[in-house]
Amino acid sequence: MNSDYILEMKNITKEFPGVKALDNVTFSVKKGEIHALCGENGAGKSTLMKVLSGVYQYGTYEGQIKINGVEKKFESIKESQEAGIAIIYQELALVPELSVAENIFLSHELMRKKIINWDKIYAESQKWLEYIGLDIDPQEQVKNLTVGKQQLIEIAKSLTRNTELLILDEPTAALTESDVELLKGILRDLKDKGVTCIYISHKLNEVLDLADNVTILRDGQSITTLPREGLTENEIVTNMVGRELSEMFPYEPREIGEKVLELKDYSVWNPNSHRPIIDKANLTLKKGEILGLSGLIGAGRSELFMSLFGVKVGKNKSGQVFINGDEVSIDSPADAIKNGIGYVSEDRKRYGLVLGMDIIKNTSLVTINNFTKKKIINSEEELHNVEQVSKKMKLKASNLESIVGTLSGGNQQKVVLSKWLLGNPQILILDEPTRGIDVGAKYEIYKIINELAESGVSIVIISSELPEVLGISDRILVMSEGKVTGEFSREEATEEKIMALATGGRENGIIKE
Amino acid sequence: MGSLKNDNNQGFLNRLSFKFDLRDYSLFIALLLIIVIFGFLTGGEFLSSRNISNLFSQMSVIAVLAIGMTLIIVSGHIDLSVGSLAGLTGGIAAILQVWYGWDTFAVIIVALIVGALLGLWQGWWVAYRAVPAFIVTLGGMLIFRGILVGLSQGRTIAPLDSSFRVFGNSYLPFIFGYILVGISIALLIYFTIRKRKRRKDLNLLLSHPAIDYGKVTLYSVVLLGLTYMLNRYYGIPTPFLIVIFLAIIFVFVTNKTTFGRYVYAIGGNAEAAALSGINIKRNVLNVFVLMGVMSAIAGILLTARLNAATVSAGDMYELDAIAACVIGGTSLMGGRGRIVGSIIGALIMASIDNGMSMMNIPTFWQFIVKGLILIIAVWIDISSKKQES
Repeated sequence: MNSDYILEMKNITKEFPGVKALDNVTFSVKKGEIHALCGENGAGKSTLMKVLSGVYQYGTYEGQIKINGVEKKFESIKESQEAGIAIIYQELALVPELSVAENIFLSHELMRKKIINWDKIYAESQKWLEYIGLDIDPQEQVKNLTVGKQQLIEIAKSLTRNTELLILDEPTAALTESDVELLKGILRDLKDKGVTCIYISHKLNEVLDLADNVTILRDGQSITTLPREGLTENEIVTNMVGRELSEMFPYEPREIGEKVLELKDYSVWNPNSHRPIIDKANLTLKKGEILGLSGLIGAGRSELFMSLFGVKVGKNKSGQVFINGDEVSIDSPADAIKNGIGYVSEDRKRYGLVLGMDIIKNTSLVTINNFTKKKIINSEEELHNVEQVSKKMKLKASNLESIVGTLSGGNQQKVVLSKWLLGNPQILILDEPTRGIDVGAKYEIYKIINELAESGVSIVIISSELPEVLGISDRILVMSEGKVTGEFSREEATEEKIMALATGGRENGIIKE
Repeated sequence: MGSLKNDNNQGFLNRLSFKFDLRDYSLFIALLLIIVIFGFLTGGEFLSSRNISNLFSQMSVIAVLAIGMTLIIVSGHIDLSVGSLAGLTGGIAAILQVWYGWDTFAVIIVALIVGALLGLWQGWWVAYRAVPAFIVTLGGMLIFRGILVGLSQGRTIAPLDSSFRVFGNSYLPFIFGYILVGISIALLIYFTIRKRKRRKDLNLLLSHPAIDYGKVTLYSVVLLGLTYMLNRYYGIPTPFLIVIFLAIIFVFVTNKTTFGRYVYAIGGNAEAAALSGINIKRNVLNVFVLMGVMSAIAGILLTARLNAATVSAGDMYELDAIAACVIGGTSLMGGRGRIVGSIIGALIMASIDNGMSMMNIPTFWQFIVKGLILIIAVWIDISSKKQES
């Protein structure tokens, strides 16, 4: 009806088992505008875009999608592409070994009688590169370009397919300053040429710089759409967070003891990259303390603690690590385990569990040497210990010989926690410990974390969910772009303050209290 | 997924299970089918005492390789060099004995050491230099064969001392055979009772007594029958006895040692294993060293049985060994596989060879049939994995 709008999504609801990812979302984009989509991690931005692009095909969600006023029922990505929609993801989909031109025309090569017409491909590529204002030789291999330029190649590639609506998902997460400026210029230029753009970003300064309108999602709901004029970062943040801390978090104040872990100027970097992965991080962790670590995805939180745990995340590292006052050097997970550190990874299926093995063997994987005599396993002792810890964790399984791949997410996470607890660690690092876990199991895991802290274990929680960090931590550190950018006590921390530091904004620029 | 939801509130229950895992038995059924078919087609000749004795002697070399190969594949790798390595170590033993007059004990020790060292060499490339095992052992296959041709100057080396030939061409006296079977059956009953009692104490899933004791009865009958048949000829062949001995050791290693546990964890999920503090490189290296030693044992058995070392000894045995593992349920994706399964796999492969030869079917058919069986076995593995996930 209203063909001012290139895209209208109405009452979109998308449910996953146990989770409502999108709840009655309405989202409209006018022709020729740059429309920003903002929200915390898990607010539903990516899900919404997957619904739009046909990754979740018609019928798996409720609601209506109209393109240029016509209802569309996409069954595949291909159909959405044909309707003029193109998504550029954070992870680029280029073939690094091929040339720029080959990538641009990959899968729709220009042919002359079934034979590739290379002259035409190079000429056309040149034309499109000029069109978006990029000075690159079309015969250059893609792997020789910076990530930012590669992203622009993807944009050029999508434009060759008559794209009317371009969607950029966190385009600047991995870009350098100059590439960000280049991208902004090109997006403005494309806007003048009539291409509509949906811009998803955590970086609010970019959003305010580029967008004509901003739509904010929170907890799977569309909160509001605001015009750029008169909008402040603070207003966006308030709308993004805007919720009360519920009674989800069992927190009890406890005695906090001596310093257990201290990092001094801890840095990790690759020799040829633009910025260090971890840039001079300083932090302390005390006995029985729960330290929350907040920041955006890609801020270097996981990398910092994986590196501390002895996993190689960059080529070089420097700085000092003290455990109980003694300087230690940790070069492998085995070293870390010897120093009493446990690490629960954010991706439990990839890094935490051997999915084809049973509960017993997974649980005893770290500590199996405690149940052996001359490298021979004492099965009774192993089983006895596994059973005890599993009971403590309230693990639910028909029996301990169940294959862990068949357990629910919450129970799998309990197996990972049990695995580390069997070794009585003094420091436990939990990376996104409740990701993909239903609400009930989350509460149980928070309770376990509290009990552990009560018993004197020092805990680091890396979490992208702000309420979780605020609800459970004694102290909160914020990281941004590899640096520790701030520290708050439980009392002074608010979502707004954390978001401000995490998005790289200045603290006093946003908070007006 | 989600099949545990019914028991959510009850914790770990000890229940009696009548559940039959068909995968566990499909192997026995396949073997039985092959025996029946060949028994029928050869007019019973396939099941004669002499042929069964031959069959077990023939399968021994592949079975030894398959035992080592199981660990290699479980750890997520592959070894294409075992045939060449068996040929080389057997050749070295024969050269030292026939040309230089070394005694049997010394040449066996040397063969085992050479096997271990060459396993170490390959394991180093795979584990510490991250060259894919496929490539390293493909190279090894050529290198070891080349060394063998060079050392033997292309000649066949024979004959060996009678003390050496014992390993390939002797039999356990009747009476010892029966004593051995008696002890085995007694141990089988003892272990079954102990296992049931322990699992009950530890609240683990317990299968129905009829299933457990039925298995014991079945195994006992098979063991007794087999020994009776073998004793009607010359007795239990020594090489087969060696296979049994190695199988017991490796079953123990895989189930009861940290090394065995680590190998399965590494093959199942190397990243999770590494983050659990397991030294992936050293364990993978050890697996290759063990494979080298097993190749040497296979080489000794082969040379002893043929009473000669030839340039082409062990040619293509790697494929038979890999096929035996895969048929026996070892997953090429790593993390899953059992020693006993691989030995039965080796028996199936040997039965097909033996049965088709007896029927005077041309050799080319044997290649074709074995090739098809290999493809189908892997297909079953992959499709069953898809169903699980």
